[in-house]
Amino acid sequence: MALFARAPIAPLEYSRTLWMRLWVGAVMVFLYAPLVVLMIFSFNDSKRNVVWRGFTTKYYEKALGNDQLVEALINSLTIAALATLASLVLGTLAAVMLWRFRFPWKGAIDGTISLPIIVPEICLGVAFLMFFAAVGWPTDLVWPFNLGAITIAHITFCFPFVTMVVRSRLATFNREQEEAAKDLGASEAQVFRDVLIPHIKPALVAGALLAFTLSLDDFVITYFTSGPDTITFPVKVYSMVRFSVTPEVNAASTLLIILTVILTFIALKAQGVKAIAETH
Amino acid sequence: MTEPAKPIIQIQNVSKRFGKVTAVDNVSLDINAGEFFVLLGPSGCGKTTLLRMIAGFELPTEGRILIDGQDMAGIPPNKRPVNMVFQSYAVFPHMSVADNVAYGLKIAGVKGGEVKDRVAEALELVKLGGFGERMPDQMSGGQRQRVALARSLVMRPKVLLLDEPLSALDAKLRAQMQFELSELQEKVGITFVTVTHDQDEALSMACRIGVINKGEVAQLATPSDLYEYPSNRFVADFVGSVNIFEGKLTLDEPDKAAVDCPGVGKIYLNHGVTGPHGADVWIALRPEKIYLHVPGEGKAVKAAAQDAPDGYNFARGKIKGMSYLGDITLFEIELDDGARIRVSRPNLSRHDQEDFTWDDRVSMHWRADSPVVLLG
Repeated sequence: MALFARAPIAPLEYSRTLWMRLWVGAVMVFLYAPLVVLMIFSFNDSKRNVVWRGFTTKYYEKALGNDQLVEALINSLTIAALATLASLVLGTLAAVMLWRFRFPWKGAIDGTISLPIIVPEICLGVAFLMFFAAVGWPTDLVWPFNLGAITIAHITFCFPFVTMVVRSRLATFNREQEEAAKDLGASEAQVFRDVLIPHIKPALVAGALLAFTLSLDDFVITYFTSGPDTITFPVKVYSMVRFSVTPEVNAASTLLIILTVILTFIALKAQGVKAIAETH
Repeated sequence: MTEPAKPIIQIQNVSKRFGKVTAVDNVSLDINAGEFFVLLGPSGCGKTTLLRMIAGFELPTEGRILIDGQDMAGIPPNKRPVNMVFQSYAVFPHMSVADNVAYGLKIAGVKGGEVKDRVAEALELVKLGGFGERMPDQMSGGQRQRVALARSLVMRPKVLLLDEPLSALDAKLRAQMQFELSELQEKVGITFVTVTHDQDEALSMACRIGVINKGEVAQLATPSDLYEYPSNRFVADFVGSVNIFEGKLTLDEPDKAAVDCPGVGKIYLNHGVTGPHGADVWIALRPEKIYLHVPGEGKAVKAAAQDAPDGYNFARGKIKGMSYLGDITLFEIELDDGARIRVSRPNLSRHDQEDFTWDDRVSMHWRADSPVVLLG
């Protein structure tokens, strides 16, 4: 056996064929090139941000020094955290209800629960605008209560995603485990806590991640429900870009990307990637 | 057993209907304290439903179930003095083996130190001592089943219910577990009620077997009685392998009887049947109770004549099929009168298999106490 001879490519070893490597490479470029460009130009020493003029970190200082931007980021994170928490509870309860019980109009409820996913965001945005105006939702509350309207809107489109993920996980639940727990003396509440929750835990993490990221980067619906005092990060970036795309925007966006990547990483690490992959 | 058998479970006129389907139809039976009881039947016969009603996961449509003299109506599964080992084992995957076994005790509020001792004792009992810290996904199917067993036994139930406990194990392990389960049952003295569709399992483990067919009890008997004295065609056919011939009862006296079976001839018995003369009956004859002889030797005739003074059970035929199974060889023989009969023959020596081959003429006889007359 020659020590350095390469083994011939086996029939299913696609990762070693040239065309497959080119294809995968093209997909990667297509996916990540814009993000990489954004990150690189956040260090560009130029106001116009079109031509590379040298390395600097001053736009990071500028972005972090921009009180409005920081406030918008804090708003976004607060809304995302609240919306995630509420979506988890609501979404899980809805999933368990639809999985576990039989009741009148179940089919109709099952269908309408995912409506916020299907309805175009712009329609939802307008609908929320009209709704909050119609009920006379107060706009002069103190922080964080002034974020109420946006948070409610976010919960509405986030929790169906949690329901979807949790339901697909519940479908793999072995009902005999529930019976086994009852057989050993557990009450309904103990079965829920000791057997069902541990089973759907990966789906809860996946659902929380989905809800958090959806809420964090939502623009359309937020744009319609935010007031002058409740600017969120995406809305703020949009208003900054309207004047000019400065590296400051790039810097802020890069920080946000890093934040989401870290959060995702922690969540995946905490749960084990495998368990999350199983839910899909 | 010397002391009189005392029923721990009394099933009284229990029926269970799912919509229009009757799963269990007016079943009454008593299961004695300390016995290994097996509910045997084909899939869909209602045996699992019966077990689930004892556990409390299904409620009887009619009738009642008493455990240790107490009516179980209205008592939920988590309050019944029985525990169940599920077909899928249902071991909690997110808990260690020790936590699995301790779960019921913790729910019951048993103190920490005692929990630890009892868990260790239960794991020792199912030969899993030292496995407490393992997670279920690090264990084989057979080991997971032991965890499920320990988890139930640790509760010291009055009755342990087992739903198809061995169906997921491979043949070798199944044989070993049959033995171990019987041993375990004798050791702990708890009443075991097992559901199975596997007759070998039932015969090897049970004190008594209840054969269930279409939601009804077809026969209730000890393993050997069930095999040797089946009370109807279903039981004869379901438990073991059997030849069944239809015939007419032509002679019926206290000490002898004869049945005329078209295709076979007259079959003689050395005992009475107490059925109406000329009645349609069935004869069940086990393949291993038929002796094969090479024709022309006359030994068969002699042996048969000795056995049944009023007419011997003797037939001639031709071998139409053979399957060599190692310990025995199965023959399918076409009788001269037309019927087909299955005969099994133990391979007592290494060369026994060479005695007969396809299309050989053979004669056979069987003892007059071997055939079973079935009225239904």
